[in-house]
Amino acid sequence: MSKRAITYIASAMIILVVAIFISFWLGHFPISFLEYKSIIMYKLGFKVDLAHLSKLDEITIIFRDIRFPRIAAAVLIGASLSVSGAVFQGMFVNPLVSPGILGVLSGASFGAALGMVLRLPWWSVQISAFIFGFIAVFLALTVAKFYGKGNGILMLVLGGVISSSLFGAFVSLLKYVADPYDTLPSIVYWMMGSLSSVNLFEAWIAASLVTLSLVGILIFSKHLNLLSLGEEDAKALGVDVFKTRFFIIFLATLLSAVSVMLAGVIGWIGLVVPHVARFLIGANHVVLLPFSALIGAIFLLVVDSISRSLFSVEVPLGILTSLVGIPVFIWALHRNVKAH
Amino acid sequence: MLNLKDISCGYGLKKILNSISFEIKEGTTTTFLGANGTGKSTLLKAIVGLLTYSGNLFLKGEEVRKIPVKKRAKLLAYVPQSTNIPFDFTVLEVVLMGRFHASKLSLNYSKSDFKIAQGSLERVGIGDFANRVYRLLSGGERQLVLLARAIAQQSQLIVMDEPITGLDLGNQMRLLLLIDSLKNEGYTLIKTTHYPDHALRVSDQVVWIGEGKILASGYAKEVINIKRLKEVYGVESECYDHPSGQRFILPLRFMENKI
Repeated sequence: MSKRAITYIASAMIILVVAIFISFWLGHFPISFLEYKSIIMYKLGFKVDLAHLSKLDEITIIFRDIRFPRIAAAVLIGASLSVSGAVFQGMFVNPLVSPGILGVLSGASFGAALGMVLRLPWWSVQISAFIFGFIAVFLALTVAKFYGKGNGILMLVLGGVISSSLFGAFVSLLKYVADPYDTLPSIVYWMMGSLSSVNLFEAWIAASLVTLSLVGILIFSKHLNLLSLGEEDAKALGVDVFKTRFFIIFLATLLSAVSVMLAGVIGWIGLVVPHVARFLIGANHVVLLPFSALIGAIFLLVVDSISRSLFSVEVPLGILTSLVGIPVFIWALHRNVKAH
Repeated sequence: MLNLKDISCGYGLKKILNSISFEIKEGTTTTFLGANGTGKSTLLKAIVGLLTYSGNLFLKGEEVRKIPVKKRAKLLAYVPQSTNIPFDFTVLEVVLMGRFHASKLSLNYSKSDFKIAQGSLERVGIGDFANRVYRLLSGGERQLVLLARAIAQQSQLIVMDEPITGLDLGNQMRLLLLIDSLKNEGYTLIKTTHYPDHALRVSDQVVWIGEGKILASGYAKEVINIKRLKEVYGVESECYDHPSGQRFILPLRFMENKI
């Protein structure tokens, strides 16, 4: 690991911690900076002026039940989508691939829409989204296996196209039959992405699943380096391409599925963040993956904090990530072209 | 070292090679010659295990398709024709990948792997390339990096697909000398080339491939001759022996209708 990489990763960590502290402070419930500082100091065991702790109980509840789950979700989902994107870009040897390439987002959208049309309780809608995300990827892999003997990037991409289109059509069908006064708007709103409904329990579930998957993927970063040279090189250098790909697809799908389950469809992060990260730190997945996770977490946390504090009505996240992501992407492309 | 018995292979339903048999001895250099599209690269891919084949292909007595991939990477190294990587790996990172088969399930490569990688770069004469970005190198420079990666694999057998194509005159010489010195160290080398002169210069055995089968094989100076060049390439040429003992080919005319 080069010194430059360590510096970048350490800086990103510091920025993330600072962003988290600022995010706890921001929100519709007004807390003065002095109060905020005092409460943090108090929680850390320092002695503080009691006059600043008058709203301690209220603020503790707000922090624990409202801001913590939301901040945790933003960090986890930002990291998940970015790593998932970086992994798929490497595996497909194509920097323009996004986490949805194998159909996980369409599948999950269908699962969620189905749950909403059937008026299932919210937790079942989420589980349905999670399961159908996996079913869609499984369908893509089956198509690829059937026609491509289980390997071959092209077949995987085509499998993904088929699966995405199929579930996309199913979603349209559900929208068509959904009650236009309540179900249809909630499907549409869900597909724009939002972190507002994440609760404490969900945040912990997500934290454990995401941590496990991230660690699992990180262990395979050397394999990913080889896979991103293309199938033949990877094989010739000693990677069991089929098994490794399956394992990595499984973990990357898990990451995306958890994200969609909690927050609906949030676009752009999985495409843009790996680009920016790769541009700054290089292509070596050993450092690229943790760095992508950090940048993604910072990005989504900042965007979500803007979304919940700057506007009086919350703007869906998917819209904001695109609006913020596109200029960043253009900047990255611009610097990329200039650098070479 | 390598024993091919009745090898047939191709892509999908299209058969490219039919029933190929020959043997490669340890510590020798073998060159495959043949016109474009006759299956030289295909045969290399089968040998490396990248292509399914029928028949038997024994590498040190073991059937190639049954050797686990990691072990295979330890036994033989492959230098592909050209690799386009859309990502900005540094040259050292690319060469380190040659150490993959020897590395554990850890995040980084070991100190000795780094040493081997750097040593391989120096071996092919590009030790100062380590921190350059592979994607931004010229075709010839990339070729040298891929050769360094193969050397870093420390396999006894190195299989090269047109290693000299795209190199400037200096690098061509460098590579030919390197092939010779690797052979003298006991490596077994297999390569394809489009230059009969190079085949004459550094091969013990030459195998002519055409129409999916072996047209001729044997000692380089015996099987590379004017008649064969006319048959395979449609080129009329003359053959000269230099006082140094080297033989070279002077192509004179191209004939539209091959014999």
